[in-house]
Amino acid sequence: MSVQPAISVTQARKAFGGLLAVNDVSFEVAPGELLGLIGPNGSGKTTMLNLISGALKPTSGSIALGGQTISGLPAHRIARAGIARTFQLVRILPSLSAEENVLAGAVFGHMRQWGGEARRAARDLLARVGLGGLGATPPSAMTYIDQKRLELARALAGNPRVLLLDEWLAGLNPSELKTGINLIAELRAEGRTIIMVEHVMDAIRSLCDRCVVMSSGALIAQGRVEDVLSDPEVVRAYLGGGDA
Amino acid sequence: MSAFSGREIRVFLAAAALALAAALPLADQGYYLSLAVNVAMYAVLCTAWALFSGPTHYISLATAAFFGLGAYTVGLGIDTVPFAALIAIAGLVSAIVAALVGLATLRLSGVYFVIFTLGLAELTRQVVTWLQTNFTTGVGLYVFTDLAERHIYWMLLALGAAVYLSGWLIARSRLGFAMRIIGNDETVAAHVGIDTAVSKVLLFMISGAFIGMVGAILAPRFAYIEPPAAFNPMISFQVVIMALLGGSQRLWGPLVGVIPFTILFDFVSGQFPNHTNLMIGAAFMLVVYFIPNGIVGVMERLRLRLGLRKTPSASGQEKAA
Ligand SMILES: Nc1ncnc2c1ncn2[C@@H]1O[C@H](COP(=O)(O)OP(=O)(O)OP(=O)(O)O)[C@@H](O)[C@H]1O
Ligand SMILES: [Mg+2]
Repeated sequence: MSVQPAISVTQARKAFGGLLAVNDVSFEVAPGELLGLIGPNGSGKTTMLNLISGALKPTSGSIALGGQTISGLPAHRIARAGIARTFQLVRILPSLSAEENVLAGAVFGHMRQWGGEARRAARDLLARVGLGGLGATPPSAMTYIDQKRLELARALAGNPRVLLLDEWLAGLNPSELKTGINLIAELRAEGRTIIMVEHVMDAIRSLCDRCVVMSSGALIAQGRVEDVLSDPEVVRAYLGGGDA
Repeated sequence: MSAFSGREIRVFLAAAALALAAALPLADQGYYLSLAVNVAMYAVLCTAWALFSGPTHYISLATAAFFGLGAYTVGLGIDTVPFAALIAIAGLVSAIVAALVGLATLRLSGVYFVIFTLGLAELTRQVVTWLQTNFTTGVGLYVFTDLAERHIYWMLLALGAAVYLSGWLIARSRLGFAMRIIGNDETVAAHVGIDTAVSKVLLFMISGAFIGMVGAILAPRFAYIEPPAAFNPMISFQVVIMALLGGSQRLWGPLVGVIPFTILFDFVSGQFPNHTNLMIGAAFMLVVYFIPNGIVGVMERLRLRLGLRKTPSASGQEKAA
């Protein structure tokens, strides 16, 4: 008997009017796997994450978390079931302190805590992502990478079963990028299941077990990273830009 | 180290202010007591209103609906049920109506919510009128009690203390924390696992319950309760003006608006009885246009600016406080 996949996406489709942003996509993620989700701009990656996290409801198809169907549930139910995410355009809670930003994930997320226990967990996570001792700082005074770290800490605070990262490494300078990649590598090493949308190919190569490639809403390839990146159709999708 | 913490001092000051306010009927039982009842009534209404509207930024015009339901609860039950129980029932009835309205409307955007709550007050008034004309003899109800103005005043003060205590407890609860997150970013709130609809409905119920209880306490003052007075939409607008004038982001903010406005309103309605609506309309526009964050918001900005001038380096920390 094979292991139950952590996430299984079956014929997921999302239409915005006449535009098929996600077109009957199916793939699975094994527990503990770090899956890369790549594709040219506008290929539907963020929309795919939105379907998984419940930000959007699929037009058709289904998504399951550990065998339980989650598609169609509201976002907060999916979060409680164990899916946490970061956003492509970083979303911090500006009028809350850094610690409270992380606390938000700890108090309401998958594994819920409250009071001193939750505060301790939030402080530990801040240290974990490299923001140790900055708990009282207003996040609006933080640099971009620190805001991204904060968002990651918030996503981790509920100890989710699956973590979705939407271009978490985008916009970082080379040294920050190295720190960022190391941080994700650590998460992977501790056995977290992660879906990572990324344009930084070095990160995909060094971090991912497998990857899925989307183009114009459709899944055009999936498999081991080297194999997929040398697939002629993938090369064409990236080089050819938007023509179909 | 000082003998008292900041919180102990504040609790002491609040208790002293409450005791002082409670002693007012000993000094005067006429004009000033009657004015004080108005101040206390609007203080409770506005603070209860801001419990919900402050964190959610939804402008509710349902105050008249809850207030009227509370008054009618007393009107219908005064001959058979003890007054204290009627106040509790009024809170319960209002909370139930708030839950129904909330579930139906809080998924909508702010504008629809405003319109719906305004309509709710009118709808409730029409339904009550219809029920009375079809199932009872008159359109109004007599409320005869041996409660004097000062008893009403003391009950309002006690209810006010309860509203403040509730607000203080909510701010320290998961519900309060959820509301702060929702106020910052509703999408993030949903994605960390907060049921945003349920949180807002709960808060609307708490707020509505207190407003209904105010209506119940005020019923004996009316003596004769009829729909146009009990469901007077002006109450809804006045509450919005005063709460916004004071500032709805702090628990004590509305009080800062209630005291001057109620006194001013009392003066205007005494001197120029035909121009009260004009004054309310003008005040509404002025407040929304010039001080959307209220007097408290202006004060905090001033304090921030003064504080910054004193210590130019402490910029980030100041903003967080
Ligand atoms: N809410 C929406 N309403 C209408 N169209 C949308 C919406 N969200 C996305 N789209 C469209 O769906 C398509 C896929 O967008 P999506 O954001 O998923 O792409 P992406 O792969 O994440 O791109 P990028 O790499 O630039 O982030 C685009 O054509 C986009 O314009
Ligand atoms: Mg995207």
